[in-house]
Amino acid sequence: MTKSWNEMVPKPKKNRYRLLIYFALIIVYVWAFAGIPYSGIKETAGQVSRSILAGLFSPDWGYVYLPDGEDLLRGLLDTLAISILGTFISTIICIPFAFWSAANMSRGKLISGSGKMLLSLIRTFPEIVMAILFIKAVGPGSFAGVLALGLHSVGMLGKLYADEIENIDNGPLEALMAVGASRLQILWFAVIPQVLPGFLSYMLYRFEINLRSATILGIIGAGGIGTPLIFALSTRNWDRVGIILLGIIVMITVIDLISGTIRKRLV
Amino acid sequence: MKAQSELRQQPLRPKAPVKIKHYFTVAIVLLLLWGSAVQTEATFGELIQGLPNMLDLLKEMFPPKWSYLDNIWAAMLETIRMALLGTTLGAILAIPVALLSAANIAKRKWIYYPVRFLLNLVRTVPDLLLAALFVAIFGLGALPGIFALAIFSLGLIAKLSYEALETIDPGPLEAMTAAGAHPIQIINYGVVPQIRPHFISFVLYTFEINVRAAAVLGLVGAGGIGHYYEVTLGFLEYDKTCIIIIVTLAVVLLIDYISSKLREKLI
Repeated sequence: MTKSWNEMVPKPKKNRYRLLIYFALIIVYVWAFAGIPYSGIKETAGQVSRSILAGLFSPDWGYVYLPDGEDLLRGLLDTLAISILGTFISTIICIPFAFWSAANMSRGKLISGSGKMLLSLIRTFPEIVMAILFIKAVGPGSFAGVLALGLHSVGMLGKLYADEIENIDNGPLEALMAVGASRLQILWFAVIPQVLPGFLSYMLYRFEINLRSATILGIIGAGGIGTPLIFALSTRNWDRVGIILLGIIVMITVIDLISGTIRKRLV
Repeated sequence: MKAQSELRQQPLRPKAPVKIKHYFTVAIVLLLLWGSAVQTEATFGELIQGLPNMLDLLKEMFPPKWSYLDNIWAAMLETIRMALLGTTLGAILAIPVALLSAANIAKRKWIYYPVRFLLNLVRTVPDLLLAALFVAIFGLGALPGIFALAIFSLGLIAKLSYEALETIDPGPLEAMTAAGAHPIQIINYGVVPQIRPHFISFVLYTFEINVRAAAVLGLVGAGGIGHYYEVTLGFLEYDKTCIIIIVTLAVVLLIDYISSKLREKLI
């Protein structure tokens, strides 16, 4: 012990680039703040937010069920159906993509790399824009929403599935290869049993995300609860906005709970 | 000899697991899918019929009208600004919320359970829906978009952070408690150094998501490039829409790349 007990421990060295990073951050924020035109808050802002809050606490219960046509329950059911079908379609489509972009399943880094690239391209394409394109093809309605979710989710699900395939244990594969199994048999008996729980869990996770997306697809006319919501917002029918918001929150919370419980049991 | 034949009669393989549960699950899933298909009126004949329409649309998109780039450049920058400010505001708000919902820091159940419950409620509302609400309150422009993104980021960052907070090493905290440190000191010297890289990484991740979200917020009038989708699609100028999509994709991919490189350096 050469050090005396009261000698100070030296302070850890600071990052050399610290000042530079701070400087860059300051410039970025100055740029960001300078560009936002501040035109003042509307005088009615307080009143409107009070009305929305009041609407949340005195919702239009009559809207929950109307015997003829558009009501809350049917809207929510529609939203749920869109996300179920959308998730199912994307799960089917993304499996070949996942095997394509998994590095241990395809030959060469180039092939798997191109698959990953394609998936990230699909991922960046906003689903709302996709829905606009599908509306042009199949007309406004829930089906356009289903197709948009189905195609958009492929990007994320494909990536997660590919990661799952890359993380499997090679033992069973090699054992099957050693006894002379065909590629298809290896896939069926060694790969699928290992990845299936992960696949299902990610599918449910994506289903939760899709449910949230499906609630807003209606804003551009792709079905679901979003259409009556945007209609109620534009006609300033705050009680109805309140009940729809409540309905969305309750539905998503319940579905999250169910899906979370199933996912915990899967993995 | 008798013993041997008896042995042979015994089943050599273990019994196959009961499959009734799986059949049951498959039946439920099929029922859900069928119900959803009926609810959304999904017919794939319609899709095949509509495909030529979509191809026409894609044909009209090309070649993209590059001269339109000058009109949307400012809106694209505004989109990035909105994402930046929204994420920053959300991150600042998320710090106290995350601390209050972490079981090892808030320590009292009556604190962290209600806070977590509120946090889950906030996370159920999708960003575009928040934007639609804020547009109703504050009027058109970038401001409601920033607020919507801030609330959305608050939910995401606070959730990720409190889960990370609960896994930090309790050693330094206990040592400081033993030395009689004030709770603020414990957080400053015991918690912050452990959580900082994770927190910055979450903020960057949220920023990536927010750039994508900000690109479509304009559809409900909350500023940014999304507004131009409506303008160009409304006038059926698909070659201009194509430019918007390309620019958005390029910016999102660039920001993703920078952000993921930074995140790799952090952890």
